Amino acid sequence: MRTEIKIGGFGGQGVILSGDIIGRGASIYDNKFATMIQAFGPEARGSSCSAGVIVSPEAIAYPYITSPEVMIVMSQEAYTKFTPELATGGILITEEEMVSPHNLRKDVKHFSIPATRIAEELGKRMVLNIVMMGFTTAVTGLVDVEAMRKAVLVSVPKGTEELNMNAFNRGFEYGEKVMQN
Amino acid sequence: MKADPKGVLTGAHFIDGDHACSEGALAAGCRFVAGYPITPSTEVVERIAERFPHIGGIFIQMEDEIASSIAIQGAVWGGKKAMTVTSGPGFSLMMEHIGYAAMTETPCVFVDVQRAGPSTGLPTQPAQGDMMQARWGSHGDYSIIALSPNSPQECFDLTIKAFNLSEQFRVPVMFMMDECVGHMIERVMIPPADEIEILPRRFYEGAKENYMLYHANGEMVPPMVKAGDGYNIHVTGLTHDERGYPSMTVATQEKLIPRLIDKIKLNEEKIADYREDQIEDAEIVVVTYGITSRTAIPAIEQARKEGLKVGHLRLIVVWPFPEKYIRSLASKVKAIVVPELNQGQVVLEVERCAAGKVPVKLVPHVGGTVHNPKDIYNAIISSNNQKAE
Repeated sequence: MRTEIKIGGFGGQGVILSGDIIGRGASIYDNKFATMIQAFGPEARGSSCSAGVIVSPEAIAYPYITSPEVMIVMSQEAYTKFTPELATGGILITEEEMVSPHNLRKDVKHFSIPATRIAEELGKRMVLNIVMMGFTTAVTGLVDVEAMRKAVLVSVPKGTEELNMNAFNRGFEYGEKVMQN
Repeated sequence: MKADPKGVLTGAHFIDGDHACSEGALAAGCRFVAGYPITPSTEVVERIAERFPHIGGIFIQMEDEIASSIAIQGAVWGGKKAMTVTSGPGFSLMMEHIGYAAMTETPCVFVDVQRAGPSTGLPTQPAQGDMMQARWGSHGDYSIIALSPNSPQECFDLTIKAFNLSEQFRVPVMFMMDECVGHMIERVMIPPADEIEILPRRFYEGAKENYMLYHANGEMVPPMVKAGDGYNIHVTGLTHDERGYPSMTVATQEKLIPRLIDKIKLNEEKIADYREDQIEDAEIVVVTYGITSRTAIPAIEQARKEGLKVGHLRLIVVWPFPEKYIRSLASKVKAIVVPELNQGQVVLEVERCAAGKVPVKLVPHVGGTVHNPKDIYNAIISSNNQKAE
């Protein structure tokens, strides 16, 4: 089945890199197909930014996202702007301290993680998106966890691999705990 | 000949169509690029500019597209493989020099990452509005080859093919991308250099005395020489004889122009590249190219689920147009549907070849986004209701 994923946040949070990691993990290390399209209009130059990734076991024909089943949101503005697009029964993943999910639709499965705080504990706030990636991998099971780890390693700047791997693992463990409860 | 490993980034990549086009050019042996960066093609030259210093190529950011489109031809006569990269507004400025490349038989590649026009239009959004311009944009009679990729992988593979075709036929080849394909990121597999087939330039190696630059020796395509190798050459856009000298007579024109056109036209079936999907028993065939070949798939699948016999013909080489194929197709099927991100360009060729034998239905789109597959589906259904008996 084709799964559409939308990632929203503000510039500098690593929104595009997150999409890149999911796409790379799925298509290079997990034997799936992935197509990513980043917002390239004026919105790419403003405060909120987004990326769309499609993951599928089959070749992807139509390349755009129409009704995402998974949404990863890292800012309040992105929450307000994008959550109405979420498919019925879709999965919403939020950064716990950045997003207050008011008026959330009842059909939505909501998961949240204090990714910024975890990233700060690891010593670099910047890796919050990687924490989010670990968390997303655990709660969605969309892409194999080892494939995602490989994708993280080749996508982050040289010399930061260990930090990013810790960030991914912390997010993944947090997600596993959430799923057990 | 195999690709020079220096330019080949073997491995699995997750990159966009623009970057894949750059890698295709590098693998093809392109070592000179001149351009005036323009959205949505900028990433192609950005990557080229970054990669060239490591592999020994020259990128020049020129003062404009007119200069870019002639600088590459100078490089080609100096012995390099070369391309320029642009989008609609720049493509318009290059038209004069596309004619020059056709007239002087200078093998080179023009990449046009199409955006919605006319004029400045929608710089960051896709269209397929330059298809007729690619074929007919320069003045006078000439022929070119145009390819239309639908994915980053094809931006890599077909850029190599574009260079090879340009060398084989000594023509400018138009590489007709669009914003959607250019900015779409997917897996691109780059094979090892020894698995990439490259067509080297065919150089003349005979005597220097009485050398004739455009003497084809009974073939359609004459070999080339490099400027500076000791052969006396004169390259001009004026009507020229086999020596390359201006010869403004009807007789010379009558000898030159048909050869420039026939070397492509008579090889139409050899150059043709298309993909057929369930054409054999189809009553309705959807003819597509570029990104539209992907947006049409959900529509075709939906119609098939409902029991309609729908085939899909995807043109990879759009010019020369596969006239013979479409003529024979039109005598086998009951209707043809042509979705395009324009108000009707390639559909005119389909109609010409169908010659009234079957209804041809255009699914136009102004660009700015891609087709909603529903619109293509609706056209299939309405064609099914009006199909020829």
